[in-house]
Amino acid sequence: MSYLELLKLASPEAIVVITALVVLAIGLTKSKSNVMVTFLAAIGLALAAGAVLKLPENATLFHGMLVISPLNSLFKVICLAFAFVTVPLVAVEKSQRNTGEYLAMLLLGTVGLLLLVGSEELLMIFIGLELLGLSLYVMAAFDKTDLRSAEAGLKYFLFGSTASAFTLFGISLVYGMSGTTTLAATAQKFGAGGSVEPLLAAGIVLTLVGFAFKIAAAPFHLWAPDAYQGAPVPSAAFIASGSKVASFVVLGKIVLIGFAPVHGSAAWHGMIAGWSPVLAALAALSILLGNFVALVQTNVRRLLAYSAVAHGGYTLLGLVAGSRDGFSATLFYTTIYALTLVGAFAVVGLVKRETGGDDLQNFAGLATRSPVAAACLSTFMLSLAGLPPFAGFFGKFYLFSAALRAGGNYGLLWLVVVALFGSFVSLYYYLIVLKVVFVDRAPEVQPVPPAPRASHAVAAATMAVLAASVFLLGILPQSLAALIGRSLP
Amino acid sequence: MIAWTIYITFAGAVVILLLPRSFARWIALAATMAGLAISLAPFFRHDVDLAHFTTIVRVPWVPTLGINYHLALDGISLVLVLVTGIAAVSAVLFSWDVNKRANEFFFWLLLVVGGSYGVFLSADLFLLFLFYELVIVPKYFLIAIFGSTNKEYGAMKLTLYSFFGGTLVFIGVIAAYASAGSLDLNQLAQFQFSPQLQSWAFPVLFFGFAVLAGIWPLHTWAPTGHVAAPTAGSMLLAGIVMKLGAYAALRVAMNLFPQGFQMWRNTLVVLSVIGIVYAAAVALRQRDLKFVIGYSSVSHMGFVLLGLATANVFGVSGAVLQMFSHGVIGALLFAVAGTMIYRRTHTRDLDELASMNLRRALPFAAFTFVIASAASMGIPGFSGFAAEITILIGAWKTYPVAVWIVGAGMVLVAAFTLRALKRSFFDVDPANASAAPPQMDPITIPEKLGAGLLMLATVTVGVYPKILLDRIQPAVEAMRFLK
Repeated sequence: MSYLELLKLASPEAIVVITALVVLAIGLTKSKSNVMVTFLAAIGLALAAGAVLKLPENATLFHGMLVISPLNSLFKVICLAFAFVTVPLVAVEKSQRNTGEYLAMLLLGTVGLLLLVGSEELLMIFIGLELLGLSLYVMAAFDKTDLRSAEAGLKYFLFGSTASAFTLFGISLVYGMSGTTTLAATAQKFGAGGSVEPLLAAGIVLTLVGFAFKIAAAPFHLWAPDAYQGAPVPSAAFIASGSKVASFVVLGKIVLIGFAPVHGSAAWHGMIAGWSPVLAALAALSILLGNFVALVQTNVRRLLAYSAVAHGGYTLLGLVAGSRDGFSATLFYTTIYALTLVGAFAVVGLVKRETGGDDLQNFAGLATRSPVAAACLSTFMLSLAGLPPFAGFFGKFYLFSAALRAGGNYGLLWLVVVALFGSFVSLYYYLIVLKVVFVDRAPEVQPVPPAPRASHAVAAATMAVLAASVFLLGILPQSLAALIGRSLP
Repeated sequence: MIAWTIYITFAGAVVILLLPRSFARWIALAATMAGLAISLAPFFRHDVDLAHFTTIVRVPWVPTLGINYHLALDGISLVLVLVTGIAAVSAVLFSWDVNKRANEFFFWLLLVVGGSYGVFLSADLFLLFLFYELVIVPKYFLIAIFGSTNKEYGAMKLTLYSFFGGTLVFIGVIAAYASAGSLDLNQLAQFQFSPQLQSWAFPVLFFGFAVLAGIWPLHTWAPTGHVAAPTAGSMLLAGIVMKLGAYAALRVAMNLFPQGFQMWRNTLVVLSVIGIVYAAAVALRQRDLKFVIGYSSVSHMGFVLLGLATANVFGVSGAVLQMFSHGVIGALLFAVAGTMIYRRTHTRDLDELASMNLRRALPFAAFTFVIASAASMGIPGFSGFAAEITILIGAWKTYPVAVWIVGAGMVLVAAFTLRALKRSFFDVDPANASAAPPQMDPITIPEKLGAGLLMLATVTVGVYPKILLDRIQPAVEAMRFLK
């Protein structure tokens, strides 16, 4: 295989890397370059998405280190789209000094996403995880004037590197057992034995730890509240969207392709050792813990963090189900969830610019101050709560019905009941946010909104577009569901 | 044709948000009037098959999961669509004086109405559930923003109860879906679910829906919510929203899981009888006029559940008729208490009202309240009588003991209704019997029109119940659980 051909197949990644370097160079050399680097980053991401669409339908390089398949291409585009909508949020950050550097980190993180999504080999996946992780640590700690941001970065880094170590250890055990790091080949090796040996069990559990950390599943969620609250708004949005979507795609591929023979069963009264009971336990714990702790939060970003823990739990249900249906439900849910959260963070960013804070009381009177933002926020919150006509409603239906259909004789009913109970609890805290926005009196002293700039309009437009897409995906879920369904083998 | 009730209502809601505030109430009135006119149309046509759940629209919606946008109509749906139309028009008329954030108010109001039309016409389980959940949040805002007494608490309680019911329904819906592999209500109604599934899926689904119908002991949202809500909110809650639960319990839970229904019938009868008597007894002790009416709603909805539990044509038809009847009467009672009285006197305390000599100050309100109370007590000539007598005839065949107890309960209903009527309008304080009545704004024209519409509905059906029963009965006979 010639280098030219390789470059062609890796063109999306290459474009993003080049954009990152160019943006970094411009940011370092020119003092007033914010507008220019923002545009460059956006254009680079758009070009990369175009390049993904130009790729051949199927190709495998270096034994699965880089795999091009309809599913991978679809999620590469989706990850690029999440990076793309994060860019306008970066542009409006007041505290952001070195926009060029920040965008370069964002772009490098995006390369990590592309590698994660595009690989079916354990080592390459690990490299993708690390590249993504390192960029995110920097992005979380980027606001040097804010102590909280430093705290967020440090916590994220400490937890993240520990989790990575676990994962690497797990991968090495899996490699030791199977003699290969390619997912498909691993499955063949495990298929012969059929039973789960203790060493393999340790390998599986340790590998899953790293992903549980990425998707903030309890008990590996401890970084989430501080990172969501302290990190700059675009960093938090990116952690909650792109990083999460890619992690779910990869986690799904690892367990459903690599560990397929050791599925086990999470059915009530019929548990069989394997990865699915592990994921089921993570899911149940995340749902209960996330929802109950979110009830008492007074900071909207912390509230979103705990709700993210709970949503990570819901999303795992589809993987626990283990069927093709379940995986597509998981992919659908994580995508719309990420859309919703980026939008919610866009609103939080707007409120923070106007009032200087993101506690619940800062949202009081938002409905009178800016009705559009209030309408967008209610779209996002109600979608998260799983109410129609928003995407979250269909997402939950898809996910829970897939989980119930799998596992024979309603074996997963217990998990669905836990999830629905959690979803019931969650309505309370989402409604409290909306109550503050719509019902509570605006504070006596009206905050003075900062002078309107063009970048604010772009950020507001992004928010509105996200709200519109959450609404449209709720009314016409087939558009995304069919795409995902077609791309799955 | 009748599907346009949904579209016009939602279109009206969107238009209201886009136009200036002064247009809001007119658009709301136009949209609800159009809905009412459309729902009346099938009564004058004879080519509509009301005996079966006949498809109106069926378009593939989410083929991946086999979900269709599927609407259908039969006699039961038609009657409930009609009561929705009537309650909606009168609710708008009784909100004519809403000035604060009027756009939002009528927007939420129309969402409740449109979602309810959707539930009554859905023939796809997912679609029905979607419309059912759609109604939850507008209620919250309607009450929390525009309500009175303890509004945030009442709104949250009501919303969480509704959503809890919705959660139970969710489990039942996906259980049915996972088992039958279809979401089409007509197909599901033919499917043989395993008895084991039915034994747990029926109660989950039925009680989930019945939360909204105010079944004892899950009724406590109703009085608090009714009291906290603005007048139009209470009218919609009593007139429409409680019917959503009862209708869906009949259409989905009972029709899909007939064996589960047989297993749980006796429990349902016990709960509904307790509900009727208990709520009536509690109403007798209330001081707040709206609480009296709120508990009377629970009591009246107990009749609906009793009718459903009888599982014969009389009982179930009577239950549907009672849904219509209570929708009209409940709305009328709340209109009198909330707008005609409270907006003018700023109190709903029966003791304070007793000293006001309201009969002379507000003669039209007194007249309306007498009619509403008579209808509520089940005096012949009003719709309440026709409905309750049909239910009791149905119940007599299977549960004669229940009829005796309920008969005693009906005395309590009469007692608390007469007490409220006397205290609010006819208590003449001897000390100031001859004093001039307090000066109050006269009853406005929209109020008179709204009250007139509701009174016309209850009297028409009371005098000639066949107009509805002839359409309900064939549809009930076609249901599976009767066979």
